[in-house]
Amino acid sequence: MSARRPVVPRPVVIVDYGRGNLWSVCQAVAAVGGEPRLSAEPAEVRAAEQLVLPGVGAFGDAMAGLRARGLDEAVRAFAATGRPLLGVCLGMQLLLEASSEFGHHPGLGLIAGRVDRLPAPAAGARQKIPNVGWCRLEPAAGGAPWAESLFAAVKPGDFAYFVHSYAAHPADPRHRLAEIDFGGAPVAAAITAGPITGCQFHPEKSGEVGLAILRAFVARA
Amino acid sequence: MPAARVIARLDVKGPNLVKGIHLEGLRVMGDPQQFARRYYAEGADEILYVDIVASLYGRNNILEVVRRTAEAVFVPMTVAGGLRSVADVRDALRSGADKVAINTAAVARPELIREVSEAFGSQCMVLSIQTKKIGPDRWEAYTDNGRERTALDALDWARRGVELGAGELLITSVDREGTQKGMDLEFLRKVTALVDVPVIAGGGAGTPEHACRAITEAGADAVAVASMLHYGKHTVGEIKARLAQADVPVRSSA
Repeated sequence: MSARRPVVPRPVVIVDYGRGNLWSVCQAVAAVGGEPRLSAEPAEVRAAEQLVLPGVGAFGDAMAGLRARGLDEAVRAFAATGRPLLGVCLGMQLLLEASSEFGHHPGLGLIAGRVDRLPAPAAGARQKIPNVGWCRLEPAAGGAPWAESLFAAVKPGDFAYFVHSYAAHPADPRHRLAEIDFGGAPVAAAITAGPITGCQFHPEKSGEVGLAILRAFVARA
Repeated sequence: MPAARVIARLDVKGPNLVKGIHLEGLRVMGDPQQFARRYYAEGADEILYVDIVASLYGRNNILEVVRRTAEAVFVPMTVAGGLRSVADVRDALRSGADKVAINTAAVARPELIREVSEAFGSQCMVLSIQTKKIGPDRWEAYTDNGRERTALDALDWARRGVELGAGELLITSVDREGTQKGMDLEFLRKVTALVDVPVIAGGGAGTPEHACRAITEAGADAVAVASMLHYGKHTVGEIKARLAQADVPVRSSA
């Protein structure tokens, strides 16, 4: 638990590549003591102390948006420094190697694994695709422990807000941080590898639980 | 399946939160942001802002209210009232809204539903339908806060809207709205049986029990409540406690 606000706001660069609403992300980062800075400049992204990769929409389109601005290489270069990186929603999926959304699209490849459509709900099930709404976060079996992660202040069973049709499948089960139960199938809610974390849900729209995760991120040196 | 949602609905006129009966006879309640913050703290799963005068680009416009609310309210927000185009929707999303609910402009030009869902995803596009019972098993869709008839059968319109790409339906019973006498379970049962997208029940909930019945007895995925919260008669927490008692999964309050 690190609820204390840093005395000096920490600059947090949020990658702005023309895909999605960033106002709420900025407000949430500010609310937990960070100083949000939107940037579409590769040099600024490379030099960031902390980086948030947001995103909504389709995987291939988002990668194209990053590439067109030289931001794909900038995010990879940032990740190579070992500084904290947080991918949110589609931004989490982009961390992986590839997605099958509308064809085959390579991702940033920062975490081994791929992104595929959510498992088809059983006939008559109340699960729907897209999966929209509040779902319970649970630790992933055999996955990364929460104590040392951005989830240190999250309790199993806490709710987070999801909007997605595709799900991440990290190749190494130890990279799974949290799951939701999607009609009996465990689906990745968060993944992590060293200083990199990805949340399938929207922490900026997940109430105090989401803020606790962002607070832990902002507090990471 | 996701938790059942309790949505706080705030009708806004200029800078004020207002509340009426049957969507008319307005009473000024105060600063909408203060109410939104309170409901967020009480555990509201979503905030629904309705601009009842549809003054999207006037002074004190609804998007400014949404922007400032997003500084301290960290749950999804939906904006309704006066949205007429993909550009209007884009502005709403940039202001911190996650979804838009459209009624009048979709009735006037149903293709707008498809355009919005293709541009931003169907989860952004909530079709708002105001219903009035006009006979046994017959409901008509209304616009303009229940003032204008559309001649559309409300169930047909709901099905067509979903076919066009609406990712969610917001049903408001004009007959029940503001009465606090209970929701129109009869229509809600029919519409939830008809479509496979989430249905938000609105209009008429005066007690947590009313709200609960829309979910347990009529299959709604969410309830939008206003009067009982604004007048301080009940809290979001009480509604959730009632739902939990009925074994409906709900998000525990923050």
